[in-house]
Amino acid sequence: MNDIAQARAPAAIGAEGFLARYAGLRARLPGDETRRDAAAESFRARGLPTRRDEAWKYTDLRPVAALAFHEPLLATDTDFKLPPAPGARLVFVDGRFREDASRLPDGAAFTPFARAPRFDALARPEAHPLVALNTMLAEDGAVLTVPDGVDAGLVELVSIGAGGTRHPAAFHPRHAIRLGRGAQMTLLETLIGEGVYLHNPVMSVMVAEGAALAHVRLQNESQAAFHLATVYAGIAEGGTYDGFTLNLGARLCRTEIHTRLHGPGGAAHLNAAQVLRGVQHGDVTTVVAHDAPNCASRQTVKNVLDGRARGVFQGRIEVAQAAQKTDGYQMNQALLLSPDAEVDSKPELRIFADDVKCSHGATVGALDPDQLFYLRTRGVPEIEARAMLVRAFLDEALTLVSHPAARAALDGALSAWWEQETA
Amino acid sequence: MAADTETIDTVNAVTGSGYKYGFETVLEMDLAPKGLSPDIIRLISERKQEPAWMLEWRLAAYEAWLKMREPEWAFVHHAPIDYQDLHYYAAPKKKTGPASLDEVDPELLKTYEKLGIPLKERAILAGVEGAGSNVAVDAVFDSVSVATTFRETLSKAGVIFCPISEAVREHPDLVKQYLGSVVPVADNYFAALNSAVFTDGSFVFVPKGVRCPMELSTYFRINARNTGQFERTLIVCEDNAHVSYLEGCTAPMRDENQLHAAVVELVALEGASIKYSTVQNWYPGDAEGRGGIYNFVTKRGACRGARSRISWTQVETGSAITWKYPSCVLEGDESVGEFYSVAVTNNHQQADTGTKMIHLGRNTRSTIVSKGISAGHSSNTYRGLVRILPRAAGARNHTQCDSLLIGHDCAAHTVPYIESRNPSAKVEHEATTSKIAEDQLFYCRSRGLSQEDAVGLIVNGFCKEVLNELPMEFAVEAQKLLAVSLEGSVG
Repeated sequence: MNDIAQARAPAAIGAEGFLARYAGLRARLPGDETRRDAAAESFRARGLPTRRDEAWKYTDLRPVAALAFHEPLLATDTDFKLPPAPGARLVFVDGRFREDASRLPDGAAFTPFARAPRFDALARPEAHPLVALNTMLAEDGAVLTVPDGVDAGLVELVSIGAGGTRHPAAFHPRHAIRLGRGAQMTLLETLIGEGVYLHNPVMSVMVAEGAALAHVRLQNESQAAFHLATVYAGIAEGGTYDGFTLNLGARLCRTEIHTRLHGPGGAAHLNAAQVLRGVQHGDVTTVVAHDAPNCASRQTVKNVLDGRARGVFQGRIEVAQAAQKTDGYQMNQALLLSPDAEVDSKPELRIFADDVKCSHGATVGALDPDQLFYLRTRGVPEIEARAMLVRAFLDEALTLVSHPAARAALDGALSAWWEQETA
Repeated sequence: MAADTETIDTVNAVTGSGYKYGFETVLEMDLAPKGLSPDIIRLISERKQEPAWMLEWRLAAYEAWLKMREPEWAFVHHAPIDYQDLHYYAAPKKKTGPASLDEVDPELLKTYEKLGIPLKERAILAGVEGAGSNVAVDAVFDSVSVATTFRETLSKAGVIFCPISEAVREHPDLVKQYLGSVVPVADNYFAALNSAVFTDGSFVFVPKGVRCPMELSTYFRINARNTGQFERTLIVCEDNAHVSYLEGCTAPMRDENQLHAAVVELVALEGASIKYSTVQNWYPGDAEGRGGIYNFVTKRGACRGARSRISWTQVETGSAITWKYPSCVLEGDESVGEFYSVAVTNNHQQADTGTKMIHLGRNTRSTIVSKGISAGHSSNTYRGLVRILPRAAGARNHTQCDSLLIGHDCAAHTVPYIESRNPSAKVEHEATTSKIAEDQLFYCRSRGLSQEDAVGLIVNGFCKEVLNELPMEFAVEAQKLLAVSLEGSVG
């Protein structure tokens, strides 16, 4: 059997297509074959998730299942322009590292996954089919390590979906971020692209004792793309994972974040905002597992939905019996701007310890007519008044991003979105 | 420490008395053979002297049930249930019907005495007309309704309140029109099972413009060994009618688990209002989790008409496992759905309970207040759905779920689903989980209350919003039940 024959065979769609791709590429993929085979077995058994899976009740992957995805072309000649980098920047095109466009960080050690392929224990391909898919087909990614006590400052991770070929491409980058004891870093992920493609990244984050990672994701993929990301974070004693996701792009997007506080006194912040319109579907799914005492988790998730967009939030706080004195808080709010928009929210508490303080709140509604009226009576035109109120609504979440450059990137993307919205 | 000794004493005193409804009544029973088959369904239908259409309806439900699978999504764990190892029909052997107190089986009367059904009503249950009491009772013993009181007063007002088996015979048009219209036969596994084998329950019909002159009440009791109780309740309120209905349940202590799978359907037409209150005190099993009732219940109300209102209030302290989601389908414009719930679990009890509010009509409103208390090794889950459909402009929901944890080995879960497809709808959900604050306990203890009394007081305060919704007679009983259910959980 040779690879060329495989590649020319009529393309299979959905899960079958991915399995066929694995059969063709298996020998050439980097890293541990047994891990990949196990993941392939698990993916073969479960396939792509369907709405019958409770975790996928509100997000339908049939549009992904209906397409045949191809391996991205070797994109050395892909043309793209990025604004000048303020600091370290790692650029990936169709999931492959582009050294020529990157500027390596000073404080952190970087290796492309293709050269140091290791699957760590945080990711759970056996439980999450998309992670199994990633494990099976991962080619490249960022392996980034910040040594003990070092502040690596701002590191940008840019992913570009090149599109442009006759067939939609699928890429499954595998990133691993490790922060040593007392280390610090702000990681700004920017995800952009053109055309139809599937971006299925998996990132594992290990935060050691007293370390702090601020992880800001600006998902602004092509409006025709599929973005299905899974992040795993393990937080040791006194560590902090401060995550923020802004979902603006993609036709169908799911950001799934699993955090585990396994040392006492740790903190996890999983904040997010989704601003969607047209027929976009955005899903933020989070799990915070409190395994150790005296940890705190905070979540503020905002949805702004226009057109026929659908926003989903599923957030679960789990408190194990050992995790006494847990302080968990979750707030989820949605603003529906059009009669055809839809929001589905499932905040969940699972608590096995008694000395805890956990709460969640959720609200859904439209813009307050009284507030609009107030602004109108002060001479603010309706369109601006609406914009002001929506920005104020989002600001409650955005203000939780403390790094000025990261915050500026989010604000810039939102302003561009508003210009299109009101044009 | 003296306080500890005192607590232990109190606990022993109470757990010694334990579940006060744990008696078994020795009665002559008419028992169908174990197992479920079309023949058993025919037998039930025949015993009930049902018309042919009812039998067909049951058989269709049985067919649907065979094709369904037991739901697994709830956070409850139990050994598989052998549906062929149950008696689907058990009835106290009746003579021609109790015309006077003497004709009623004295054992049965004793049972009602122990259950605490008021003396006057017991006299009425036995056919002696009493005066003054304003609660009409329908008592269901295992599978059949044994007596219904105050029939005459009610019929003067035009209200029909009778066992559903009687309604099938006497009011077939009404039953045909409404039975299964809120909970279709194939709605879920347990509803299908119930539709196939239900043996009795209550039927209430309140005609146009009538305010039911008294509270209606049903007592359910599972008595016979290895029986499943499958009661079916149907309440219909025509335009601008009103009824308040109370339901109480008990069962004897047993080592094995007993199955209870009821279906309750409520229909409120234009301007009608139905208030349905439950105090569920089925046998919860012993301190090690042996025995107890599996309570798998489907309750749903349809607000069909504009400005109709359905209100569910429940105090759930019993059952080894509770699986119950009293829901409202708000079809009529400006209709209102309410759900007030206190669920207490102790020892090894498991409760997965909550509600669904489906908003279809304009300006529909719903309120959910759920208080979960878990102690011992128990697990208590609130599971709820609020769904706003595109037509439900101006819909409004407020949900509040609070959980209280007592002890290190219990669990409390909250699983709300919120789905909104109308921008003018407003939905709010709040949930908290906490334990009883040390300072609150200290405050009470320093004023001379025992640990148990202090916990009782705090828990009653925690549940007050719900208890206030109960009719007065039930509120007192419910408060006592809460205290008894939590005995032995602190110390």
